[in-house]
Amino acid sequence: MNTKRICLVVDDSSAIRRVMAGFFRDLGFDVAEAATGLHAIEYCEWHTPEIIMLDWNMPVMDGISCLRVLRALDMPKRPAVVMCTTESQIAKIQEALAAGADEYIMKPFSRDVLLDKLAQLGLA
Amino acid sequence: MNAADFSYIAALLRERSGLIVTPDKIYLFETRLLPIARKHKIASLDGLIAQMRARKCEALIGEVVDAMTTNETSFFRDRHPFEAMKKTVLPGLIERRAAQKHLRIWSAACSTGQEAYSLAMMLRDDFPALAAWRIEIVGTDISPSVVARAKEGAFSTFEVQRGLPIHSLVKHFEQVGEQWRIKPELRRMVDFRLFNLLGSLAPLGQFDVVLCRNVLIYFDLPTKARVLDAIHRQLARDGALILGGAESVFGISDRYGDVAGLRGVYSPAPAAGRAMALPPLRAAV
Repeated sequence: MNTKRICLVVDDSSAIRRVMAGFFRDLGFDVAEAATGLHAIEYCEWHTPEIIMLDWNMPVMDGISCLRVLRALDMPKRPAVVMCTTESQIAKIQEALAAGADEYIMKPFSRDVLLDKLAQLGLA
Repeated sequence: MNAADFSYIAALLRERSGLIVTPDKIYLFETRLLPIARKHKIASLDGLIAQMRARKCEALIGEVVDAMTTNETSFFRDRHPFEAMKKTVLPGLIERRAAQKHLRIWSAACSTGQEAYSLAMMLRDDFPALAAWRIEIVGTDISPSVVARAKEGAFSTFEVQRGLPIHSLVKHFEQVGEQWRIKPELRRMVDFRLFNLLGSLAPLGQFDVVLCRNVLIYFDLPTKARVLDAIHRQLARDGALILGGAESVFGISDRYGDVAGLRGVYSPAPAAGRAMALPPLRAAV
């Protein structure tokens, strides 16, 4: 049985997914990728990631809608959700926190920022 | 850079700020001083130093000292000193100051103010009963530009993402264009002053906690001893000194004792250190 921790990277940019996936693999995570919010939901119906890195603006289903559905899903363990987006208005941040985001990263960001946020969540 | 120029600028920095620059740190001159040279339309580092030597221009020298002494900082930097403050140092002090209801904390070499503001946020969030106390957080730095920035309390998106939980950002900052500014009620808790650690510390008064992190590492041994002794005179006997991860009092000053279980936290009363520092753990008041 695979006991590695899973990180789900949800972003419509394949470049961002690639960078983020490399970062989490270096930290010892298994990484799954989704290009839309809908794909992320489908994935979470069958798997329980420990952390989800979630973009806001994506086709088909955006990040905030995805987050609301995710938080309503019956999952064995509540994944930590980090919104990771170019949206930097305080109202958007408040909206994401209200919908159940645990952390929020404004793009562009550095590797140090990501490490800081994971440390705050007790994941690194 | 030739040997004479290096000696000149090293002596100048040491005299003005206590900063020790060894030849292996010459690269710092390039990264930090070339922008100043460019600003003054001087072509090279050698040219900049020649100007400083020839004209003895105080404004230019001030800019150079400023650039060389400005150090990296972030909100809740290193985390563990803040945990030590929250779990042990502050609960003990709050118990012992219950009658006076007054606490003074000094963030020495505060740079752009992140440490002082982090303390203010922690006091507000984790010790709500202190709202009825007189709390003074004093931040000092030798650099006029960073003290001005600290007072302004405005930070870039990049700066607020380092070390600061998103809930704290939303709670304690307001968004002003591209910047994030600490809310006025938190800014009022902190008093930033231009101050040289190598001068007399008496005007600052007495403190319950002094945070002097990642400062001593830049000083030579006699200067470290002098600063530690001077801080000792400003520190309440049941207070605490908090140093950076690579710093210690031991072998430098015998006026302090360690505090069991707390890395980087020192008691100004060596013998009493262990007894004073660890009151029973209790929930924040």
